[in-house]
Amino acid sequence: MYDKSKSVALANLWVAFAAFFVAIILGLYQVVNRSGLFPELESHELYFASVSTHGVLMGFVLTTFFIMGFGYYTATSTLKRPLWNKGLAWVAFLVALGGTVMAAIPLLAGKASILYTFYPPLVAHPTFYIGATLLVVGSWIWCLEMIMSTITWRRDNPGKVVPLAMYGTTANAIMWLWTSAGVAIEMLFQLIPWSLGLMDTIDPGLARTLFSWTLHAIVYFWLFPAYIAMYTVLPKLAGGRLFSDEMGRVAFIMLLVLSVPIGFHHLYMDPQQSAGFKFLHMLGTFGVAIPTLLTGFTVLASLEGAGRLRGGKGLFGWIAALNWKEPMVVAGMLALFMLIAGGWGGMINASYQMNTLIHNTQWVTGHFHLIFAGTTVIMYLALAYHLWPKLTGRRLASRGMAVLQLWLWTIGMLVLTLPWHVLGLLGQPRRISSTPYDSPLVEQWDPHELAMIVGGAILLFSALLFVLNLLMSHATRKLDVVSDDDWAVAVYPPMSVPKSMNGFVLWNGILAVWMIVAYGIPIVQLLILDAPGSMPWGY
Amino acid sequence: MHIDPLEKKWMYVIGFMTAVMIGSMAYAAIMLNMHPPSNVETIDPKTLHLSGEFAEDNLGATTNPDGSVTVRMVAARYSFYPQMIEVPADTDVKFRITSPDVLHGVHVPFTNMSTMVVPGYVSEVNTRFSREGEAQFLCNEYCGLGHDYMWSKLKVVPKG
Repeated sequence: MYDKSKSVALANLWVAFAAFFVAIILGLYQVVNRSGLFPELESHELYFASVSTHGVLMGFVLTTFFIMGFGYYTATSTLKRPLWNKGLAWVAFLVALGGTVMAAIPLLAGKASILYTFYPPLVAHPTFYIGATLLVVGSWIWCLEMIMSTITWRRDNPGKVVPLAMYGTTANAIMWLWTSAGVAIEMLFQLIPWSLGLMDTIDPGLARTLFSWTLHAIVYFWLFPAYIAMYTVLPKLAGGRLFSDEMGRVAFIMLLVLSVPIGFHHLYMDPQQSAGFKFLHMLGTFGVAIPTLLTGFTVLASLEGAGRLRGGKGLFGWIAALNWKEPMVVAGMLALFMLIAGGWGGMINASYQMNTLIHNTQWVTGHFHLIFAGTTVIMYLALAYHLWPKLTGRRLASRGMAVLQLWLWTIGMLVLTLPWHVLGLLGQPRRISSTPYDSPLVEQWDPHELAMIVGGAILLFSALLFVLNLLMSHATRKLDVVSDDDWAVAVYPPMSVPKSMNGFVLWNGILAVWMIVAYGIPIVQLLILDAPGSMPWGY
Repeated sequence: MHIDPLEKKWMYVIGFMTAVMIGSMAYAAIMLNMHPPSNVETIDPKTLHLSGEFAEDNLGATTNPDGSVTVRMVAARYSFYPQMIEVPADTDVKFRITSPDVLHGVHVPFTNMSTMVVPGYVSEVNTRFSREGEAQFLCNEYCGLGHDYMWSKLKVVPKG
């Protein structure tokens, strides 16, 4: 038996879900405060400290630690050998955890209430920036671990096909190195020296451009494990096979190449970028919908196959025939449902013209909660139910409670985000803590404000069931056999694939050229333009 | 590499949908000249209040010889100045907005008057208002603890 690095995987996953649980309590407080229906509770200081912490915990801590933990499991279990360097995995964990604690202190003390996008010239305490950077540095060590594990496996297994789950994990590690470079440059050359007083002014337009480099592809960094689970875990647990292994590879490659050079759709409304580059990034943004449309097809086709094997007949009979008692199946179907609903909203955001109407309104908050907290996080939760018995060697406390929890999560997310979409269309800005505008507009908002509180309460209850289930699972009966070889098999398992679909050299080259055009030129233009800088402002 | 016939059909569907969406945006951009506000123009946020077009006396709406209107506004914590803007309906309006402090956003709900305001840069939006009556400029980017209170009024009056 080889070392499967189970304790480091479990440690990462517990940090992820602890952050998740704290953040969701803050979430409920925020919808109550924000609704304006309980004026005695309202506090701007508390609200913006809370929303900054909520965003950092959900967006950076839950995701990064979950991805690291799941990656270690995927690497050891698919490659059937220990990690490339086991000690380094613990170094990554400690660096990322140290960074998280360092960033959490100013956040909770109200010294970093600048939201998780930390747009300058608002300035936070320097330890916030340094802590957040260390979290990213920890994730880079994980990337190295994943890439080297795959490279050494390929060296020892010439001509063999890298298992799809590990191919996707490696694609994500490479993509994250490309993605995080933008925010790393912003931190090292702008925010950290400026917040320490080593520089008097910085250019907020350049800072936003660098942040946009990271801001879009980071959501694909989060989404990757959800897709990996849909391709390589879900079909097997549904009782079927993966419809196409090759199409999974194509989707992962497209996500790697297309996710990063498209961040300007976050800057459509910005004055520091010209229309031509915005249009170029729009083209890539619609391109990145393609791997998602391919994924939706392949996953549904795999599930349909499973449903028919279980006796489902007719056009939709296979849906009823699915195993709705299996948490991964429930999560997979609900995740796809939320992805389809949220994806069409995303087309509006990505639109070169229509985005104007909903930019920075509550619509946007509704959109990314539906896709991220809905589609992505529900797959994290289902993966946790799947991984816990493997990592602890004990059975899951309650599969029934797990299924109930996943349904409640989806219902809560819909009750929360559908009103947000409506509020956005009714003109409500995002990122407000109350609605003091003296206008008839506000009266139209009230019923939707009430609905979002109900949604927040359902989500908190659902999260409580989730954490309880995991905690109780540490004290259940030990399993006699722990299987970690239950990855999905394709209908036609590939005996060999083209070299370009077993590695990443070609794709890194294409991405490098595209990045020079899409980000290199605009950044050089901003440096030449040399706009008058901004000094730091408190909040 | 093996591709299922069903997959091939789905790829045509994807290609068609993507082409329609990109095509309609390209049409609106090239033929109707509809672009997001992309005026790359710099200004010093530390001195803009002292002289020039963003000095206090020069803010507000002015009618140009061709009948169009130019509105100059400063977005500063926590309002848009001047706090009341009056423009005629069905008239070309050009907004020029900048910030002396932090990042702001400005949106008039139900219209395409929307832009980010980034210190160091001048934002420019070209639009027309067809509905008469009172509307609001709302700040839609977090700019500090008083962000919720950052708004001002727009009055669209009959033309002529």
